[in-house]
Amino acid sequence: MASRKPITATKARQQASVLAATKQQPLATTNGAKGRPERIEVRKTYKLYIGGAFPRTESGRAYEVLGARGEFLANASRGTRKDIRDAVRAARATQPEWASRTAYNRSQILYRIAELMEGRRDQFVAEVSAAEGAGRARSIRLVDAAIDRWVWYAGWADKYPQMIGTVNPVAGSYFNFSVPEPTGVVGIIAPEASSLLGLVSRLAPVVVSGNAAVVIASESRPLPAVTLAEVLATSDVPGGVVNLVTGLRRELVGHLAAHMDVNALDAFGAAPAESAALEEASVENVKRFVRPPRAGLERYDWLSERAQSPYLIGDFVEIKTVWHPIGA
Amino acid sequence: MTLTKKPEARPARASWGLASRGAPWEYAPAPEATDHIRIEPEYGLFIGNRFTPSKPRRTFTVINPATEERLAKVAHASKADVNRAVTTAREAHRSSWSKLSGRDRAKYLYRIARILQERSREFAVVESLNSGKPIKESRDVDVPLAAAHFFYYAGWADKLDYAFPNRQPRSLGVAAQIIPWNFPLLMLAWKIAPALAAGNTVVLKPASTTPLTAYLFADVVKQADLPPGVVNIITGPGEIGMELVRHPDVRKVAFTGSTAVGKMIARAVAGSDKKVTLELGGKAANIVFDDAPLDQAIEGIINGIYFNQGEVCCAGSRLFVQESVHEALIDKLKARLGTLRVGDPLDKNTDVGAINSAGQLAKVQELVQSGIDEGAEIFQPDCELPDRGFFFRPTLFTGVSQSHRIAQEEIFGPVLSVLTFRTPEEAIEKANNTPYGLSAGVWTEKGSRIFKMIAGMKAGVVWANTFNRFDPTSPFGGYKESGHGREGGLHGLGAYLDVSGNDTQAR
Repeated sequence: MASRKPITATKARQQASVLAATKQQPLATTNGAKGRPERIEVRKTYKLYIGGAFPRTESGRAYEVLGARGEFLANASRGTRKDIRDAVRAARATQPEWASRTAYNRSQILYRIAELMEGRRDQFVAEVSAAEGAGRARSIRLVDAAIDRWVWYAGWADKYPQMIGTVNPVAGSYFNFSVPEPTGVVGIIAPEASSLLGLVSRLAPVVVSGNAAVVIASESRPLPAVTLAEVLATSDVPGGVVNLVTGLRRELVGHLAAHMDVNALDAFGAAPAESAALEEASVENVKRFVRPPRAGLERYDWLSERAQSPYLIGDFVEIKTVWHPIGA
Repeated sequence: MTLTKKPEARPARASWGLASRGAPWEYAPAPEATDHIRIEPEYGLFIGNRFTPSKPRRTFTVINPATEERLAKVAHASKADVNRAVTTAREAHRSSWSKLSGRDRAKYLYRIARILQERSREFAVVESLNSGKPIKESRDVDVPLAAAHFFYYAGWADKLDYAFPNRQPRSLGVAAQIIPWNFPLLMLAWKIAPALAAGNTVVLKPASTTPLTAYLFADVVKQADLPPGVVNIITGPGEIGMELVRHPDVRKVAFTGSTAVGKMIARAVAGSDKKVTLELGGKAANIVFDDAPLDQAIEGIINGIYFNQGEVCCAGSRLFVQESVHEALIDKLKARLGTLRVGDPLDKNTDVGAINSAGQLAKVQELVQSGIDEGAEIFQPDCELPDRGFFFRPTLFTGVSQSHRIAQEEIFGPVLSVLTFRTPEEAIEKANNTPYGLSAGVWTEKGSRIFKMIAGMKAGVVWANTFNRFDPTSPFGGYKESGHGREGGLHGLGAYLDVSGNDTQAR
């Protein structure tokens, strides 16, 4: 994930852009038999996504994101502890409102995310391909799976409580039931390698129940995540439900783990070597903590049906049990 | 050995200071018999279905908190003993328990439940002797619920595939279980029953002040003919518990106790693949609206905070009263407080027994003093306390503000802090203004308001128009710094299983 080099203007100019870097297929900005750019493309500035807005990092710094073949793709924001704190504040402010939406409404909004991703499918394919160095066919599969994953979790919004909740036949004259509620603000350390599908696979089960998320994007492959944020910003997801910070992970993950107003940390995407320190840092406010698999994620198959599960929703909910007497 | 004070040694009954309210309640002493109880002078560690001394041989003394008399000496486990217990449990998991069918595990658990029922009075008496809790509570709550937990989880043992569809649940291995002194036998049951049903073996460490019902339970294990090593019980101070938690062969850690110790345990397992559940402290809000049936609410408030001397993690220690009924409710509450009978835990009429230890009593006293110093107004009935033992008067503070220590810190004693509110929104905000989130109570006749309050309160258990109810089928556990995971019900079962299912790549 070492992708940082001092940024020089000349180098940036010399490098091809994101879109031009994906040579496997003609894209909208190229035309003609030789694929020569018809015009100078308008590049995108990749910023953070906090509280529904796209601010630059307060640090004013950037780091260079390179493609799989070492070519320059873009400058990404080098987020800071302050950005993490802003993101947590935005998440906390929005979370109750998001949780109070009906399950039907959250379901439709997650489905809407899939609809909008579908419309940007070619862009995601190009970005994933550039970031991960995957061929076009595989990139399409990865993007399609990410879109389908939103659809799959959209369907769970109004079903998982019936799977996870219970009515409890207590030995007494009481009506007793247990319902899941979102845990609150959940930090997510996005998988480093799987820039889009890995992120969506961890994010969707967190927000479907009504949590708000603060995501630290893949350090070396952050660009598809920022584009996903653009989709989220236009898909009826209230601002602040998903917040995305890009940057150098070693400068960010510890602050997210130690933040006293974060209720849970999904470290599934963290490197096993950094997991123990993160788990220790998360203890101070008794965060719910999801560990990375022991073997790491290098061989993890995000395309597998097994990478999606209603039990993952259960990792980020609290069970609330209610008692009431039965009587006239 | 004299297990109780003789009746003539009991203190004179209190006048309760209720002359202005009518005649005080008069009760003749009604001590529970102890002649059917046998407490050994010394208990070794229970490892592999045998009592063995610790190595090196060390013991510590266990006392009756109501009399400060010695009850027994118990083994002080060493690090080597911890290793011996865990190794025994691991071997039992490998060679016998994990190979048994769920149906056979169920039968063992049903046996345990039945034996606990058969020997219920014996357990109740020993529990009250050792913990200081009133016999009517150990007899009617702790012991029956402990038996019920085993009966409930027995039935799950051969139905795990139905509990977690599509997951092929598997046992984890050795469960390290550390339990507190407030409900010694009941917490043992909460821990051991689901662990065994799921196919794990256990090493349990009871609190060092209250190991006797655990060692009595060891006798039940033997009577039930459990394979050796399935249940192991060791005693010692907190460091021994930490050794147990750190042991590399432990696959599951379950802890009930203070938030501070819970955090130490969570740090100790960080980076391992041990599954963890934590049941930690609480500072529950009990919220009374002006339309609540006040007399009923009074009983719920009393039960909420003075049950088990308030030594309950989910105790309703912060009472929020809607301003319009504050005065009326406080009057009733004070009158009711005056009728509580404080004294000999073995007396069947006793409502409030002994605080569990001198250390805990000192902590309660210190926090009560802080309440006085910070300007809250204290009320205590002028009941007399026994001249020996660790007793504390049921205490009520009015004029408490949110920032007072008695409104913020878990006291774990018979001390109620009363605050007020005007609107449901204010009540919710104040109730949630704590790092804890274990339980809450709400009293109102209005159904829609109950559900608004339930939805708003960050608490794992909400009692509406009741308080402090427990059942094996009903998941219990906290939000926020009150811990994570649930005990009881289907959710409590999952905490003892590997349910990563066929997703082997995620392990």
